[in-house]
Amino acid sequence: MKPFKYLSPTTVEQAIAFHGQHSETARYIGGGTDVIVKLKDGWMEPDFLISLKKIDELSVLHKNNATGELSIGAMVTHARLEKSLMIQNDYPIIHDAVSNIGSLQVRNVGTIGGNLINAVPSADGAIPLIALDGAALLHGPDGERSVEVKDLFIKPYQTILKPGEILKKITIPPQALHTGSAYIKFGRRAAMELPLIGIGVLLALDETGKTCTKARICLGVAAPTPMRAFDAETFLVGKKIDEKTLVEAGNLAADESRVRDSVRGKAWHRKEMIRVQVKRMGLKCLEIIKNNQ
Amino acid sequence: MTTNISFILNGDKISYDVKDHWTLLYLLREKMGMIGTKEGCGNGECGACTVIVDKLAINSCLYLAIEVHGKTVETIEGLASTDGTLHPIQQSFVDNGGIQCGFCTPGMIMSSKALLDENPDANREEIKHALAGNICRCTGYIQIFESVEAAKETGGQNE
Repeated sequence: MKPFKYLSPTTVEQAIAFHGQHSETARYIGGGTDVIVKLKDGWMEPDFLISLKKIDELSVLHKNNATGELSIGAMVTHARLEKSLMIQNDYPIIHDAVSNIGSLQVRNVGTIGGNLINAVPSADGAIPLIALDGAALLHGPDGERSVEVKDLFIKPYQTILKPGEILKKITIPPQALHTGSAYIKFGRRAAMELPLIGIGVLLALDETGKTCTKARICLGVAAPTPMRAFDAETFLVGKKIDEKTLVEAGNLAADESRVRDSVRGKAWHRKEMIRVQVKRMGLKCLEIIKNNQ
Repeated sequence: MTTNISFILNGDKISYDVKDHWTLLYLLREKMGMIGTKEGCGNGECGACTVIVDKLAINSCLYLAIEVHGKTVETIEGLASTDGTLHPIQQSFVDNGGIQCGFCTPGMIMSSKALLDENPDANREEIKHALAGNICRCTGYIQIFESVEAAKETGGQNE
């Protein structure tokens, strides 16, 4: 590994200032489970590594019970999300996704913000946040801006973050009363493996518990960046949700996906799994809604 | 770029001048001669380098040494008593055939210790989930899971 100077700012402003001083030769590091691999392989060769670990505000995980808004600091580790009872109860889709990122050793150190910024097509961490209509708060040399998580990604390994910009937190707006959500990382094995396909479904039903008022179907590895299956979502809204409608939604999502052949699997296989898993995750959402009533 | 760090290593206060780019694994093995912790893949896939930092199992190959400043680090060398008596988890791996070639064993045992310290009643599923980041090419894992389960009975959790 090429030697570098490790800087440890305690505020976002200080981190941005360090980056400004060394711009071309500086990189931010979060938990480091991706960055250190890149440093070892020589894909990154910074002279200055700016750690975000000592910036307390980036590690806040908090649900505002008055407004119902959830804030997840970018430096919150996967393991903290996995173990949080509030996340397990109120945002099962996040729990489903983070529980199988890497291994426990990786989840104890790796962060949700790092997972987003790394921008791999599989991005297990991004799918649930997109399904939950999450927004990312960015802070850079020109101040703060907020973007929807779904708009963070340009192409594999590239986000819309500008030089020096830091992802501070993700906010999740309040969820409707009868909402269920679920995610599956589908592949040969869960741990230490990227998914063949990742499928997140969120359904909200009206007070009768029958008609769909909101649907989110989010797919990982189905396109160069995480994607929403808008046709499938539009189809579900206003309908009575049962297995038949979910099968149709699965077909629409499979048609919309831009899957391709890769070393992990063939495009046709991915499409078939989208069909099956959109239905299964939809049924899981219904079960969650029923159990919460 | 050298920085002085202090941390607790297996109960002892340590002060060390580290290069900013050293990993914790490099510090332990190459500089301090503590070769119980193994390097397998070197990029966080295999878990052979697992140590415990502030009660959490981590891959020491993906953790910068400079970041353990002010923290508590536990390695396999800290488990047995000074008189040589093995820690109950170590003894259980010996008794239950949880070891064959032994290369993954320090990492397996550190992951198991972090689990049982936090959750002394961990069931088989929880054990599998906690050890999913530790690869063993010999045992087929069954004896390893059995070793951890048996260690629960003999007081594998913290003394």
